[in-house]
Amino acid sequence: MPTSAQAVSLEAQIEQWRSYLRRRQAIHAVDVAELEDHLREQVAGLAGAGLASDEAFLVAVKRMGDLDALSREFAREHSERLWKQLVVAAPEGASPAGVRTDALAAFGLALAAAAAIKLPALFGMQLDRDAGFYARNLGLFVLPFLAGYFAWKRKLGWRTLGGLAIAFAAAAMFANLYPFRAKGATEALTVLHLPIALWLPVGIAYAGGRWRQGDGRMDFIRFSGELFIYYVLIALGGGVLTAFMAMMFEAIGLKAEPVFATWLVPCGAAGAVLIASWLVEAKQSVIENMAPVLTRLFAPILTVVLLVFLGTVLWTGRGIEIERNVLIAFDLLLVLVLGLLLYSLSARDPQAPPGAFDVVQVVLLASALLADALALWAIVARIGEFGFTPNRVAALGENVILLANLAWSAVLYLRFLRRREAFARLERWQTDYLYVYAGWAAVVVVLFPPLFRYV
Amino acid sequence: MAINKDLVAASSTPIVLAILAEGDSYGYAIIQRVRELSGGHMAWTDGMLYPVLHRLERLGHIQARWETADSGRRRKYYRITPPGREQLAEERRQWLAVDATLHAIWNALVAADPAGHPAFAAPLPQGA
Repeated sequence: MPTSAQAVSLEAQIEQWRSYLRRRQAIHAVDVAELEDHLREQVAGLAGAGLASDEAFLVAVKRMGDLDALSREFAREHSERLWKQLVVAAPEGASPAGVRTDALAAFGLALAAAAAIKLPALFGMQLDRDAGFYARNLGLFVLPFLAGYFAWKRKLGWRTLGGLAIAFAAAAMFANLYPFRAKGATEALTVLHLPIALWLPVGIAYAGGRWRQGDGRMDFIRFSGELFIYYVLIALGGGVLTAFMAMMFEAIGLKAEPVFATWLVPCGAAGAVLIASWLVEAKQSVIENMAPVLTRLFAPILTVVLLVFLGTVLWTGRGIEIERNVLIAFDLLLVLVLGLLLYSLSARDPQAPPGAFDVVQVVLLASALLADALALWAIVARIGEFGFTPNRVAALGENVILLANLAWSAVLYLRFLRRREAFARLERWQTDYLYVYAGWAAVVVVLFPPLFRYV
Repeated sequence: MAINKDLVAASSTPIVLAILAEGDSYGYAIIQRVRELSGGHMAWTDGMLYPVLHRLERLGHIQARWETADSGRRRKYYRITPPGREQLAEERRQWLAVDATLHAIWNALVAADPAGHPAFAAPLPQGA
């Protein structure tokens, strides 16, 4: 008879073996259960023949065969398992009912967002005639529902909920109470910056209680990137479907476009934000994250492009011609570089030593900084001639914010490469900087319109 | 004597189907039965049986069900299906044909050179 100590160690060994098998992608939990039954039977048989339980375990494991080979056989038989599927299955430990409620909540809120965007129509607002109103409130139609979804999911406390409500209410005030001149510059700035400012409350809801911790904010950065990719995919699918439906109705002599333009597209676009968020949440561990993959692909390419650009500037001695859009172009360049930096940071193992890709990142940062410095220099030198319009001040402000972020990132990255600094410092810098973006966006929304007299 | 991998793989289908034709069974018992029948010569790597079972299940030759044993452990039992029995009959015909061919050639070799041992080194007789 095995003593109880032996029995305990056998259970521990089997548990270890099981968890080792579970990590194999091709071997599912039911198969592990089947194999475990086999193993136990084998152990019992061998123990019956007189072996001690740990010896019996070793022999049984040996007879089971090499797990790599076994895993390959399973993969050959179940090749579909190597393609991770977007099945929204309950993670271990969660009930299937919980998954269903989650889906229901997401779809319900998606419907609510779709309804919200049609709500002003009840009061005589029209999408084409009152485009300014819709554009200013774009974030407010959707983001409160998104924040609500996370508030429900993370079971936020009343104080956080109150804070979120105040943030959205204030946003609604600033979007609608200022006497904007129609189609003016300050209105356009509000349209662009309000969603950025409101993304912060969404992040606070997303992170739940973990917003104050760096990794909670880092998760939110990951979420934002994946959400963007999912949204683009859904939008592409939706576009194809819409075109197809328009064609079908055309065939029976009906013009469906007006219905699409006033109902399908706005409602779909609003609801898709919720659906995409739910998908990102549900699939987290199911599919490889896309944003880091794209980063790896494009960071070297952009680095080469920038180096060629800088080389050409130096070689030909051409100055950067200051046109209306040049500042915006360079802002976008910095946003792109920042995105590449963020998503490579988010996927990087903080403990890993510096590698070749880190060098690429630093070169990318340095070349982007140089290119931007050239542009900034040209602009500052001639800002007097152009005067301070709201657009220009906003674009300049953004440029400075991004430049500061990237410059300090480059310093931290260099220190990391020379092993003077932990990688986590760079992560901390980025996650702390989220406040600056939201803060600046809020400044543009709140202060710029009165400052520039609502032009 | 260890039987080579290709032969083990090729013979696994008829062996598993035939054992299940005797009655419903589960992985460990199937392995034990193979060991017993082969006199210990067919030593399958235990784990490798399961992908075979899953393939036969996918092809519809066998059906699986989970049962709870007396010990409270859940165990997956397999049962042969009517298409599985047809497949078994077909496999049997094919293996008998292979078997008959081998028999014929062994006998011919022994007849041509009864003293020569090993007989397989001898050149094949003309026209055989």
